[in-house]
Amino acid sequence: MSHAIQDRPVQTAVRHDPLRHARLPRWSPLAIAAGSIAAGVGLGLAAGWHSRIQWGLLAALFFVLGTYAVTAKVEGSRQAKDRVATSLVWVCFILAVIPLLSLAWVTISKGLETLDPYFLSHSMNGVLDAEVGGGIYHALLGTIEQVLLATLIAAPIGLLTAVYLVEYGRGKLAQAVTFFVDVMTGVPSIVAGLFILATWNLMLGFGPSGFAGAMALAILMMPVVVRSTEEMLKLVPNELREASLALGVPKWRTILKVVLPTAIGGITTGVMLAVARITGETAPVLLLVFGTKLINENPFEGAQASLPLYVYEQYAVGTDAAISRAWAAALVLIAFVMILNLVARGIARWKAPKTGR
Amino acid sequence: MAKRIDVSGLSAYYGAHKAIDDISMTVEPRSVTAFIGPSGCGKSTFLRTLNRMHEVTPGGRVEGKVMLDDENLYGSHVDPVAVRRTVGMVFQRPNPFPTMSIFDNVAAGLRLNGKYKKSQLNEIVERSLKGANLWNEVKDRLNKPGSGLSGGQQQRLCIARAIAVEPDVLLMDEPCSALDPISTLAIEDLIGELKERFTIVIVTHNMQQAARVSDRTAFFNLAAVGQPGKLIELDDTERIFSNPSVQATEDYISGRFG
Ligand SMILES: Nc1ncnc2c1ncn2[C@@H]1O[C@H](COP(=O)(O)OP(=O)(O)OP(=O)(O)O)[C@@H](O)[C@H]1O
Ligand SMILES: [Mg+2]
Repeated sequence: MSHAIQDRPVQTAVRHDPLRHARLPRWSPLAIAAGSIAAGVGLGLAAGWHSRIQWGLLAALFFVLGTYAVTAKVEGSRQAKDRVATSLVWVCFILAVIPLLSLAWVTISKGLETLDPYFLSHSMNGVLDAEVGGGIYHALLGTIEQVLLATLIAAPIGLLTAVYLVEYGRGKLAQAVTFFVDVMTGVPSIVAGLFILATWNLMLGFGPSGFAGAMALAILMMPVVVRSTEEMLKLVPNELREASLALGVPKWRTILKVVLPTAIGGITTGVMLAVARITGETAPVLLLVFGTKLINENPFEGAQASLPLYVYEQYAVGTDAAISRAWAAALVLIAFVMILNLVARGIARWKAPKTGR
Repeated sequence: MAKRIDVSGLSAYYGAHKAIDDISMTVEPRSVTAFIGPSGCGKSTFLRTLNRMHEVTPGGRVEGKVMLDDENLYGSHVDPVAVRRTVGMVFQRPNPFPTMSIFDNVAAGLRLNGKYKKSQLNEIVERSLKGANLWNEVKDRLNKPGSGLSGGQQQRLCIARAIAVEPDVLLMDEPCSALDPISTLAIEDLIGELKERFTIVIVTHNMQQAARVSDRTAFFNLAAVGQPGKLIELDDTERIFSNPSVQATEDYISGRFG
C-alpha cells in the first residue's frame, strides 16, 4: 500500500489564483441595473417601440450582458460567471413577480370600487344585469359549502389512501393505486364534472346541487391530497416508528399517535393547498351546481351559486355594473384563498415538531 | 421481573439474504450480556429478533426458537406487540418523539398502550427519569420538547421511556456510540443499576465498555462478506477478555483481525 502512494507522480506545477484580487463595489449591481434600464428605455424610445414589455426585456438583456462584461473586466471570468448566474436569478424573479403584482394590483383597485358590506351580505335576487347593486352572499355561501363538502369527502379518503401507500402498501395493489392516483392528477376539471353529470345526474336522476359539484371537486382534490400527504409521511423518520413499535405500541396506534402528529403540519398545508386549488374551479360547478341569483342554503337540493361561477356570469353579462361586480367577486375569491393559505401556514407552524429548550 | 432468554437454532433473513445462521445461546436473568463482533456480522439483526422487531423490516423473516422463560416468542399464538412490551429496546441513535414533551416521551409507552391510571403517571415518569439518571437535569422542564435535550440526555430519555413500561428484558443497540465519554459513563453506571431489575443485552463496538459493564460476552463473526454471521463463543466476560477458547475471538479483541 505505502508503495503505491510513493509511486504516484507528485504534482508541483499547480498554479493557485492569488487570494486577493480586485472587487466591484457593493452598489455595482444596482448601478448596472439602473444603467441597463436607462439604456433599454432610451433604445426603445429611439427605435419607436410602443410596447413597454419590449423595453423591459431589452433592459433585462442589457443587465445580464453588462454584468458579465463589467465583472469579467474587473474581477475575472469565474466571478463573472457567478455574477451572471445571480443576475439571471434576479431577472427571472422580477419576470415572475411582475405579472403577479399587476394581477393583484388590478384586482384590488377595480374590486374595491364595488366591495362593501352590502355587497358581501346580499344576493342578486331581483337585481337587473345593468343595475348597480346586488352582491355575492349567495355565491360566497355556495363556495364555502361546496368546498367544505368536497374537503369532507376528499381529505379523509386521500389521507387514508396515503397512509395505506406509505405504511402498508406493498406489491401489486399499491402499484395500481399509485398509478390511478397519477392518472387522476391529470383529469381535467371538465371531465370530472362530466363524470358526475353522467352518473349522479343522468343515471341516478338527481338535479343540480352543491353536493353534486362538491363530488366533482372532491375528485379533483383527492389526488393532490394523496400526493402531498404521501410525501409528508415519507419524511417521518423510520426510527420514530421503530421506537414506538419497540414500546409495544400496535402499528395502527403508532401511525395515529406518532406518525400522523409528526407530519400533521405538512399534511394540513397540503390539504389547504388542495382546497385553494379547487376553490377557483368553474367548469364542474357550471355543469353541476348550475348557478342561481338566489340564496340557497341547502347544498343538497337545488341550484346554488359559487364565486368563480359568479365572476364568469357577471363578466359574460358585460354591462359596466356587472363587470365591476365581477372584479369585486374576484377580489373576494383571491382573499378567500389567501386566508385559507395563511390559516394553513399558521396550523403548520403551530403543529410543527418543536425544538429548542 | 427479569427473565431468562434461551435461543436455539435461530436464523434470520432479509428477503433471500441470510443475515445470521443457527444461533443458540442462553442469556441469564439479572445480568448484562454484551454482543461484540465486526461490522455486518448480524449483532443488530440478532438483537432485533429477540423482541420481534426484525419482522418489521420488509422481507424480514426468522427461523428457530426464542424462549423467554418458558414461552416461545415465535410460537403461533404469540402477539408481537405483547412481546415488545415485555422486551424493551434502546436504539443506537437517540430517537425521542419530536411532537412530545419530555414528560410525554417518558409516558408514551403507557399512554399509547392506553393502560395507565392518571394518578400513577406522574409517579411512573419520575421513577423512570430517576432510574435513567436524568431527573435532576430535566425536572424543571418536563413540559419542554424532548428534542431540546443534548444527545446524551436524549439517549437517557429514551432509556427512561423504555424502562417506564417495566419490561422484563432491555435490549440496547450501541446505546453510547453517539455520546461523549461522560454521557457514556453515565449510561454505563445506569446499566450497572438497571441489571438489578432487568435482563440486559447490549451491543457495543467498544471492548473496554464490554469489559466494564457486562457479565458475559458473546462474540459474533462472519466467514466472509455476504456470508451469514455466526455466534463464535459466549462466555464470562473475564474469560473472553483474558483467555478465550477460540483463536478468532482473541484476534478480534486484541485488534489482530483480518
Ligand atoms: N434492512 C436491511 N435489509 C437488507 N439487509 C440488511 C438490512 N439490515 C442489515 N442487513 C444485512 O444484514 C447483515 C447484518 O447486519 P447488522 O445490521 O445486523 O450488522 P451489525 O453486526 O449490527 O453491524 P454494525 O456493527 O455495523 O452495526 C449485513 O450483511 C447487512 O448488510
Ligand atoms: Mg448494528
